[in-house]
Amino acid sequence: MLAGRRTGQSPGFVCDARDGRIGVLAEGCGPTGGGDVVVKGTDRIQDPWGARTPYGPGAPWPTRTDTHLASGLTEDDVDRWVPSASLLHSNGDAMDIAVRDGRIVGVRGRAGDRVNRGRLGPKDLYGWQANHSPDRLTRPLVREGGRLVETDWDTALDRIVTRSRELLEEQGPGAVGFYTTGQLFLEEYYTLAVLARAGIGTNHLDGNTRLCTATAAEALKQTFACDGQPGSYEDVDHADTIALFGHNMAETQTVLWARVLDRLAGPAPPTLLCVDPRRTHVARQAHLHLDPRPGTNVALLNALLHEVIRTDRIDRAYIGRHTVGFEELAAAVEQCTPKWAAEICDVPAADIEHAAEMLGSAKRLMSTVLQGVYQSHQATAAAVQVNNLHLVRGMLGRPGCGLLQMNGQPSAENTRECGADGDLPGFRNWQNDTHVADLARIWNVAPERIPHYAPPTHAMQIFRNAEQGSLRMLWITGSNPAVSLPELSRIRAILAQERLFVVVQDLFPTETAQWADVVLPAATWGEKTGTVTNADRTVHLSEKAVDPPGEARADLDIFLAYAARMDFRDKDGGPLITWHDPESAFAAWQRCSAGRPCDYTGLSYDRLREAGGVQWPCTAGAPDGTARLYTDGITFAAPDTCESYGKDLVTGAAVEPVEYRSLNPDGKAVIKAAEYLPPHEEASAEYPLQLITGRTVHHFHTRTKTGRVPELNAAAPDVWAELSPSEASRQGLSDGDLVQITTPRGAVRARLRTTVMRDGTVFLPFHYGYWDTPEGHRPPDGGAGRAANETTVTDWDPVSRQPLFKTAAARVTLVARRSPGTGATGSGTTGAEATGTPEGSRT
Amino acid sequence: MTTGVSATLRALHDGERSLERDLLAVAERHRTDHEVHHVATDLARWSREHTARLAETGRRHGLDLPGPPDDPAPGALAALREKTAEALGRRPATGLLLLHDLRDLHLAAVRNSLHWEMLAQAAQALRDEELLELVSRCHPRTLRQMRWTNTLIKEQAPQLLTAL
Repeated sequence: MLAGRRTGQSPGFVCDARDGRIGVLAEGCGPTGGGDVVVKGTDRIQDPWGARTPYGPGAPWPTRTDTHLASGLTEDDVDRWVPSASLLHSNGDAMDIAVRDGRIVGVRGRAGDRVNRGRLGPKDLYGWQANHSPDRLTRPLVREGGRLVETDWDTALDRIVTRSRELLEEQGPGAVGFYTTGQLFLEEYYTLAVLARAGIGTNHLDGNTRLCTATAAEALKQTFACDGQPGSYEDVDHADTIALFGHNMAETQTVLWARVLDRLAGPAPPTLLCVDPRRTHVARQAHLHLDPRPGTNVALLNALLHEVIRTDRIDRAYIGRHTVGFEELAAAVEQCTPKWAAEICDVPAADIEHAAEMLGSAKRLMSTVLQGVYQSHQATAAAVQVNNLHLVRGMLGRPGCGLLQMNGQPSAENTRECGADGDLPGFRNWQNDTHVADLARIWNVAPERIPHYAPPTHAMQIFRNAEQGSLRMLWITGSNPAVSLPELSRIRAILAQERLFVVVQDLFPTETAQWADVVLPAATWGEKTGTVTNADRTVHLSEKAVDPPGEARADLDIFLAYAARMDFRDKDGGPLITWHDPESAFAAWQRCSAGRPCDYTGLSYDRLREAGGVQWPCTAGAPDGTARLYTDGITFAAPDTCESYGKDLVTGAAVEPVEYRSLNPDGKAVIKAAEYLPPHEEASAEYPLQLITGRTVHHFHTRTKTGRVPELNAAAPDVWAELSPSEASRQGLSDGDLVQITTPRGAVRARLRTTVMRDGTVFLPFHYGYWDTPEGHRPPDGGAGRAANETTVTDWDPVSRQPLFKTAAARVTLVARRSPGTGATGSGTTGAEATGTPEGSRT
Repeated sequence: MTTGVSATLRALHDGERSLERDLLAVAERHRTDHEVHHVATDLARWSREHTARLAETGRRHGLDLPGPPDDPAPGALAALREKTAEALGRRPATGLLLLHDLRDLHLAAVRNSLHWEMLAQAAQALRDEELLELVSRCHPRTLRQMRWTNTLIKEQAPQLLTAL
């Protein structure tokens, strides 16, 4: 639909009367931007993006320092400020942690940092309070007589080591699996990758990044034959057109969105295109909003490519110099007219033509992609078409021509680099024996010790192996699959099996921890040191500010203690893991990254302390880091260098090395076409609606931290469901009614909110679980649940293996009418739009 | 159309027709192996389309080929098979059955692929543009069906065969 641009603004916005542009002007900041701004004391629950600091194309983004301290304190009361970065989203905002009397008392954005220029989002401003929750895990727990009881570290570790040894003896390394997160530090993932892949020798190590970032990585591997974010956040400063594909940036990366809002409020603003089934805040700011039927992204993107090619808005010189496969794409989309896609996507053909015109006429096109694509049907195939758009238009490697395949968690990027997410460390290619030999040399082990007969196992298959009984020990770090994985009754049944030994390492007694045999209390952000790399390759050092509570330990220390007890050795009989603290682990990783695309050799802790965020690759030749990849051709796609030879975009079948070599001998970008396939679960008479799940700006993951923060919890305390007003009335429902959302897998009860979105679609936020309900870790017996994933389907993209959370058929029925005084919209969500988002990061 | 081409066309038509059924049967039998279930269902569609195109080409040459089955689902037993799949899905031995099913699908696709190859060669010798166009549209998908089964066997065999 064509947006009546910036209509229906929330009360928080004021109009700059001079030119009709809208924006909140920061105190002391002229409308053209410039001066330093310090913002304190504003309610950032109501206004997640803060005050405007407008700026024009090519100008530096003005600074604005956001601070939040515990009530009654001022900066004068702070003993010291400890450098860190965000841990509750993927933007990587730099901040200093305020410490007083050995306790965290607040945070302040770092104005000098390239990522946020001082700004912080609501989750960072308030989220630190979760560290102090009284229900933190402070001692290890072991299961005794069916109950978890407190114990000491020796006993807990001894149980894990004993079980590991038994299973290695009985069955071999395939019996042991690790499921990690996107929220640890680089040093921890790398240590985990070495101990799992070369210590245990198992192929079963993946992160919950499978749910948030797998498609981003896979789409880059398909197109550029290697992972690595091409663009930079600075592309916002230069772009004349910004396209957001299934990315509700306003809620998932509030600070990056503030940057976009500042461009929109400044001179010569960029044109904004939004693709999203709901009329989100982004959609309302956009010049054009397309709201395709869920599951039809490939059809829409093929039509956009059809139009760009038909109207000859392509850069033939760039295509010839840097790509292979254009002719196949042109042939594949030849029949994909806007009219054809209009039928499939239920979007007017004229709007598709208009969008193609915007994309085709851009001089500096920036695109971002997130969960509306990654967690939907044909995820990789669709994300790859956005890459294709940039390739055929030659929009890569120049300021403003940013291609950003985003991710959802703070250190998702590190799991990808370090090989903790279903890849080999350093973007090495499991199908290339030379790469495996190189890794074996670095680890000083025989190459056959590192499993590479098949790709590293993805998370959904790890859980399948556990279900089917061939995987018998699962060590879960910093993730809560009992709420975040699809089809929860199935996940609970897997975790509950007697034959599966479950270790949970976390901060809190999560829903998942209730199923564990051993629970290990971990330290978190502010209580340990390590590096974290954001979605645009910016590396930050996050330092320890205070001690962890009780006996809780840093994840790195837990892994090192396990490795020492397992006595993993290299091929000369020396210890496999030779490092002992974060800085020595970082040095080990630097050696592993040398010469690979994610080269960290030019960095050090001291350098990061002094420079703040630096983008990799950072080497002796590029000591200040690298803003954009592919500034001079495609760097890592040569057959001997590349991380991946590619896959079939429909079946996921691997391309063999010989085939890749003949397809792409000169290492160019690979333009891959994809045919549209109908979604696997379509609406029916019994289940007439399409269900999509997503997130809200105030919560992260399964609310493990954000649900324990007073401001964030009060903003969105309980689950809700969304329907369009006309769909609600068609179903005989009204705002505030208690409804049940049912699918063939299960049911959820929630209050109904009517919002502007597609008819025929129902939305549920996925954050809510059971730790703050009477049952504690599951729905009441025989009753409907609170977790959206009771209802979701077990299905994943066969290319990236990312589960689909936005393709299920559902029905919505009335449980009880709204009683007088029942709030339909919960309490305190932002007046603007802080309802959930279908394309928010899923972690 | 020569007798040899007709016979090959018929054999391929029957091969694609039965591959559609087999893919759908495997999809049901391995419902708890979700990727197998979903992708096999998607790929059955390709065989269905191939069967229809082959029947159409055959008809133009006076060959009476039935085309795709009206209801390719394996009928009343399907529900039973799905239930069995769910019950068996939690036993390691089911893994062996999966590998064997994937092997059989692969061999059936190879058989079809070789028939496509024969038709392609004959089409070139006969300068039959229409037949060549049909082969070049369909044969790549048969190769993709083969690569899929091969990839899954490669990925799953290490776990399934070492756990028993």
